[in-house]
Amino acid sequence: MTAVELSPYLALILVGFLPNEVWRVLGLLLARGLNEDSEIVVWSRAVATAILAGVIAKLILFPSGALVTIPLFVRVAAAVCGFAAFVGVRRSVIAGVLVGEAVLLLGGFLFVR
Amino acid sequence: MPAPATFSSSRGAFLGGVKSALTSVFCPVIMGTYIGIGAIAHDFGLSAWWLALSSVLVWAAPAQVILISALGAGAALFEVAIAVSLSAIRLSPMVVSLLPLLRGPGTRLRDLLLPTHFTAVSVWVESLRLLPAMPQERRIPFCNGISVGLMGTAVTSGFVGFYLAAGLPPLLAGALLFLTPMSFLISTARNAKMLVDRLALVLGLVVGPVLSNLDVSLDLMWTGIVGGTVAYAVHRLREAAA
Repeated sequence: MTAVELSPYLALILVGFLPNEVWRVLGLLLARGLNEDSEIVVWSRAVATAILAGVIAKLILFPSGALVTIPLFVRVAAAVCGFAAFVGVRRSVIAGVLVGEAVLLLGGFLFVR
Repeated sequence: MPAPATFSSSRGAFLGGVKSALTSVFCPVIMGTYIGIGAIAHDFGLSAWWLALSSVLVWAAPAQVILISALGAGAALFEVAIAVSLSAIRLSPMVVSLLPLLRGPGTRLRDLLLPTHFTAVSVWVESLRLLPAMPQERRIPFCNGISVGLMGTAVTSGFVGFYLAAGLPPLLAGALLFLTPMSFLISTARNAKMLVDRLALVLGLVVGPVLSNLDVSLDLMWTGIVGGTVAYAVHRLREAAA
């Protein structure tokens, strides 16, 4: 079954809210004993980071909608330049995002028309 | 603005929390993030009100990005739930470390329900920074105030991004859609302080598209389990060798 067959609001509750909230409630029930350095927390953080990284890469490499019109090499170049700016400019998130966006817009402007 | 410790009432503490949320460094970050998420939600065909409700109920940007992109791409509900849930495990230790700051002798369990739901990276960082200077009886309303301020920013920005994406010319709409992967790539890298987290980030960036291209079913889940476990194994081997 996919979300198309189910109401989007029901899907939000069942596969968005509940699987997310269960970890907060578990934290409330545990309230002590689980610390940030415990091995299970380190592993689960690595799994979560890898999932998020996979989503990020897919959004850049296989986008939908308006981003499709911007060529793949421009999207990848923008992400690389943005990341380089983040590393170069005192690990600033804002600097990285601004440079990445600027490269994307410039590349889009030059190569789309 | 009075010093945080001098709030004379719960109401004052709540409003002080809202105010500190709107002046926090997280405010512009959340605006940018949720403008991007608004654009993605529009792109994947979800409604603006659906997005607003998801910001209130889920209140975790990574989970919302996964939820929206996976639902919009027609992934199996089981897989969406697993991927969302795996992205949310980090919330447990945050709740565990926040609650002792909020709980006093007269605190009832139901007073802790809202702060528990509000726990997210931004709220957690700001609470741990500001609450210790405050008398215990003002901490829960102050924490709720921070949360309402940041959540309100997220909901408003989501609407802004949604309607901007609907009305902008293609190149600018593309730039708006790019905001989510770009800002998440960088903020994830910034949060990755340990080798295991950095490795997981790199592995996920590579394994995710490869599995997706191979049409592996439940590709997100496998990306997390394979990428995360390999990163963790390398981390353990290096610790054992050291």
